[in-house]
Amino acid sequence: MERWVYPTTGLKQEDLEEARVCMTRAPLRGEYAWDAGVAVGRFLAELKAGRLVGRRCRVCRRVMVPPRMFCEQCFRPTDEWVPLQDTGTVLTFSVCTVAWDMRRLEVPEVPAVIAIDGASPGMGILHKLGEVGRTVDEILDRVHIGLRVQAVWKPPRRREGAITDILYFRPVGA
Amino acid sequence: MRRLNTEVAIVGAGWSGFRSISPDLSFREMMFEAATKAYTDAGIDPRRDLDGLVTAEEDFHEGIAISDEYVPDQMGAVLRSVHTIAGDGLQALAAGVMQIAAGAARIVAVESHSKASNVLNLDQITALAMDPVFQRPLEVHPVFIAGLELRRYLEVTRTPIEHVARVVVKNRRNALRNPRAAFPADLSLEDVLDSEPLAEPLTRAMAAAPADGCVVFVLARGDVARTLTDRPVWIRGLGWATDSYTLENRDWEGARYLRQAAERAYRQAGIRSPRRAFDLVEVDDTFAYKELQHLEALGLCRPGEAGWWTAEGATEVGGELPVNPSGGCLGEGHLLDASGLARLLEAVLQLREEAGPRQVPNARTALVASWRGLPTTTGAVAVLSREP
Repeated sequence: MERWVYPTTGLKQEDLEEARVCMTRAPLRGEYAWDAGVAVGRFLAELKAGRLVGRRCRVCRRVMVPPRMFCEQCFRPTDEWVPLQDTGTVLTFSVCTVAWDMRRLEVPEVPAVIAIDGASPGMGILHKLGEVGRTVDEILDRVHIGLRVQAVWKPPRRREGAITDILYFRPVGA
Repeated sequence: MRRLNTEVAIVGAGWSGFRSISPDLSFREMMFEAATKAYTDAGIDPRRDLDGLVTAEEDFHEGIAISDEYVPDQMGAVLRSVHTIAGDGLQALAAGVMQIAAGAARIVAVESHSKASNVLNLDQITALAMDPVFQRPLEVHPVFIAGLELRRYLEVTRTPIEHVARVVVKNRRNALRNPRAAFPADLSLEDVLDSEPLAEPLTRAMAAAPADGCVVFVLARGDVARTLTDRPVWIRGLGWATDSYTLENRDWEGARYLRQAAERAYRQAGIRSPRRAFDLVEVDDTFAYKELQHLEALGLCRPGEAGWWTAEGATEVGGELPVNPSGGCLGEGHLLDASGLARLLEAVLQLREEAGPRQVPNARTALVASWRGLPTTTGAVAVLSREP
């Protein structure tokens, strides 16, 4: 088989910085304003009021959070709003030492899935845990699957109807 | 492929919208509404009967990466085969038909939707589809491509611009009798010609405005279809094609992608004389001249003839061959990736004699043709019939 080998030149960082090579910058800009709709709209409004709510399906009897207007198991509309507690149980967690933009973190973050009290088993919120230590070892010492936690809310005036109206979840009784 | 080796029919149709904005529904809730209608129409329980789901969507239109992961719940397709096409909805239809023809499924749902109103910089998103080295640095609005193509079309076919404007007048008037249409209007030729210039000779009224909406179909294998409904709409032929994409040396005149797609679909359906084969046509009219160019590419009239044909009224409801009785993209609104399914929806309702005041009498066969939009050279064609 005929094989083509093109002459190549390795690039150094300076070649780019000093514009010794041709470059095209093509930034990607996307701006969206997603319609929250019925379920998410109500959920966010309730967050602003410092409350968690779910939706119940009367057929499978599940209470779903985050709420949705349809039951994905029964394929029918959900039936009613259900007030929930702002406490729950850690279903699973991880200790992250890098931020979402790959910065190395001095204090690790602890994302967790929290099964919310009042919702069906396995129904929960993805959030972060706080007040659980500043090193991986400290955190692993304090956090475990099954840990009971409670939401720490922003002060009412600073809430804006967003998932960040909850600052984090902290261990109950900590 | 000579014939589809398995009979496949559309046994259910549902939709949500179409509207210029839809702030009351999330895209999930919009899909649930359309899917509920389609499954009820088909008389199926998706949790029991659905083998798979095919959707058509584009991450940049959703604002969510890998957006196809966000579809099964509201479609009743959790833990089913889910397959997403980055293309026009008619290409998703083709994928669904192939799953059934391959024996991989008996009942498949096909879905596409648009939340165009949620994309705040839709024109710039379209511009991202252009070449980042040769074209994007020029920072020209992508609608210029329609201007380039329209100028060539007018020049080569010697079609007067009034005939292009006539398409807008016809389609938006047809939309007055379509409750799904987002942009019905009774316009004059002057209204169209004197509207704001976009990319001369193209005016704003010649470009379909975006709309929100969702369309869902239920497909079934022939034997299953006969047990589900007494009014199946049979898919007799399908074709799709993509031409070379370069703006610098693409074919500017003939919409070759659609000619190719149509030839394949006609061969499958055994159609030799397309002009006499159909009772109605739903064809992409994202830009008014596209309807003319596409009618010619589909072999429904000779190159350069579509404008004159339109001016004579042959493509009106009640004319020789009604084209876009729904109002097309110009009248219904442009549903982004769901545009082809919106065309298909009207054809299905017409063949079921459920098109209300715009019903084409005794419609037995229909032709549907889509275009993937700027800046693409991709089109798809479906031949539908009341008989298998």
